[in-house]
Amino acid sequence: MPASAIYLRRRLVNAFNLGISVLATVFGLFWLVWIMWTLVSRGVQWINLALFTQITPPPATPGGGIANAIVGSLLITLVGVVVGTPIGILAATWLAEFGRYSRIATVIRFVNDILLSAPSIVIGVFVYAVVVARFGHFSGWSGGVALAIIMLPVVLRTTEDMLTLVPDQIREAAAALGAPQWRVVITIVYRASLGGILTGVMLGIARISGETAPLLFTALNNQFWNANMGQAMANLPVMIYQFAMSPYENWQHLAWAGALLITLAILVLNLIARLVIRSNTFGT
Amino acid sequence: MPTLQRPTGKGLAAHRRLNFIPPLDQALMREVGTDALNSISTPTVTIGRIRPGRGTAIADFLFRGITRVAALLVLALMAGILVVLFIQAWPALHHFGWKFFTGTDWDPVNVVFSAMPSIYGTVVTSVIAMVIAVPVSFGIALFITQLAPAWLRRPVSTAIELLAAIPSIIYGMWGLFVFAPLFSYIQPWITDHIGDWPIIGGLFQGPPMGIGIFSAGLILAIMVIPFISSVMRDVFDLVPTVLKESAYGVGCTTWEVVWHVVLPYTRIGVVGGIMLGLGRALGETMAVTFIIGNSHTIGESLFMPGNTISSTLANEFTEAIGSMYTSSLIALGLILFFITFVVLAFAKLLLLRIGAREGSKG
Repeated sequence: MPASAIYLRRRLVNAFNLGISVLATVFGLFWLVWIMWTLVSRGVQWINLALFTQITPPPATPGGGIANAIVGSLLITLVGVVVGTPIGILAATWLAEFGRYSRIATVIRFVNDILLSAPSIVIGVFVYAVVVARFGHFSGWSGGVALAIIMLPVVLRTTEDMLTLVPDQIREAAAALGAPQWRVVITIVYRASLGGILTGVMLGIARISGETAPLLFTALNNQFWNANMGQAMANLPVMIYQFAMSPYENWQHLAWAGALLITLAILVLNLIARLVIRSNTFGT
Repeated sequence: MPTLQRPTGKGLAAHRRLNFIPPLDQALMREVGTDALNSISTPTVTIGRIRPGRGTAIADFLFRGITRVAALLVLALMAGILVVLFIQAWPALHHFGWKFFTGTDWDPVNVVFSAMPSIYGTVVTSVIAMVIAVPVSFGIALFITQLAPAWLRRPVSTAIELLAAIPSIIYGMWGLFVFAPLFSYIQPWITDHIGDWPIIGGLFQGPPMGIGIFSAGLILAIMVIPFISSVMRDVFDLVPTVLKESAYGVGCTTWEVVWHVVLPYTRIGVVGGIMLGLGRALGETMAVTFIIGNSHTIGESLFMPGNTISSTLANEFTEAIGSMYTSSLIALGLILFFITFVVLAFAKLLLLRIGAREGSKG
């Protein structure tokens, strides 16, 4: 083969493969645009005041809203955050401050990373077996516990990463002034990494607020107003699942409206996390 | 001390990559890193008067103890999940024995259960997802790290990562109500053109319903693309510039640099990323439940409805009557947990290896 033909062939292969790479990127972005367009075009017309003020209607009844599901979701997520976050931060503190190089810390990190990607439906089954089956009924509490178990590894991982970024010299300087270790951690290390820890919490919230599978077996759903965490509780993801699969048109409309709301909330949460970080970074 | 490294450097990227942080979080963390350092550099903290003594020792002991308990709780949680699932699954595993894994019946009326159809669906949908997602993710990572102009990198990365932020149930609704009806128009065309190929032709035959195993695999692919592509992007960034420039220097094209230099150098990390995506695909629930068709059969065609372990659980768990039914479902959950555990552990080990190599150089 003459040299020029080889060059030509190599250039063609290069151009072709790079072209495919651009196409792959377009392919990836295409789904994002399509899904968001679907949500907006099918959901936005059903968003009105009643959606936020009225409870879910009985089957085949027009009108109604999803207020009980929104409130239920907020409560269950709140329980998940309140339970999962402190444990995650404390565990991360031990990994970063006390047991950083120990063998058990390596094992904990390993296990935590597996929990981070573990199927959420298995977490749901676990909480069902431990909480729901024991008390004999579905409850908002059990939903909160399931979400806390999903939240914990996210907070742990991000917090530990943030804590290890704080230079050891800062800790040593504080210790040299006579500060006890707990004080070094709380007033120096936590303060230095506060932005990162909060970001981790925000991302954890974004992660759990869309979770459906673990709530199917724990909080289930509820057609009515219920602020009692001891009972089955309405929540957005399970409501969306049941209503979307139903044959009733009005229920399907509510499901699309709920889907749009929850997706927007999660995306906004993600974007806020980014903006907060960026403004902090540029401010100094 | 390695902790002094600027967090924007490669050391951090390596550290980050080892950990299973979802892609969206990773980008954020890169920014947070600088934030943490900046805020430290202004010493505004007052510690106050400190008298070391007995109280201090007790407080330190307590603080250390509390954090240690929290850390050990993670291990207890993992052990608890395994033990509880195993105890609850034992009646079914004991009753059906090996038939639970090899049989093909799922018959609640006659109380005969076996996991094969669900395991088959789980594995096949995940394989389809990988076949589609791996090349696409490679293309995306290649575009972001080697081709895109600097101003485009960040928006494209962010947009791809947002795919991971969309809840699974949204993929399911979109798949069932938007994608499946459209896909049912394309299916006859695929059947006409591929359906008569030898060997694989049979996989693409069947009624054009839109839903089924193939559709579930395709949607899984979209869902795991952000995970795989972000790991690939991060390991591609780890390749020393000197290596790439040497290759360019002897006249390689961009593609040749990627294929012969970047990819071999990052091989372990790339496989780790793929395993991570596979782990996600295996356990994905809601999107699959919407679109797979929910049938306890092992269809000859990919266009036939099926079931995965997770979709069986989502559909039947709350309606299961009788302890053997529930126990069989929990046994399915145990199998799923075990499979994902092995895949994720493998991924983690691979990523640890490339991290160790990177660390020893830095």
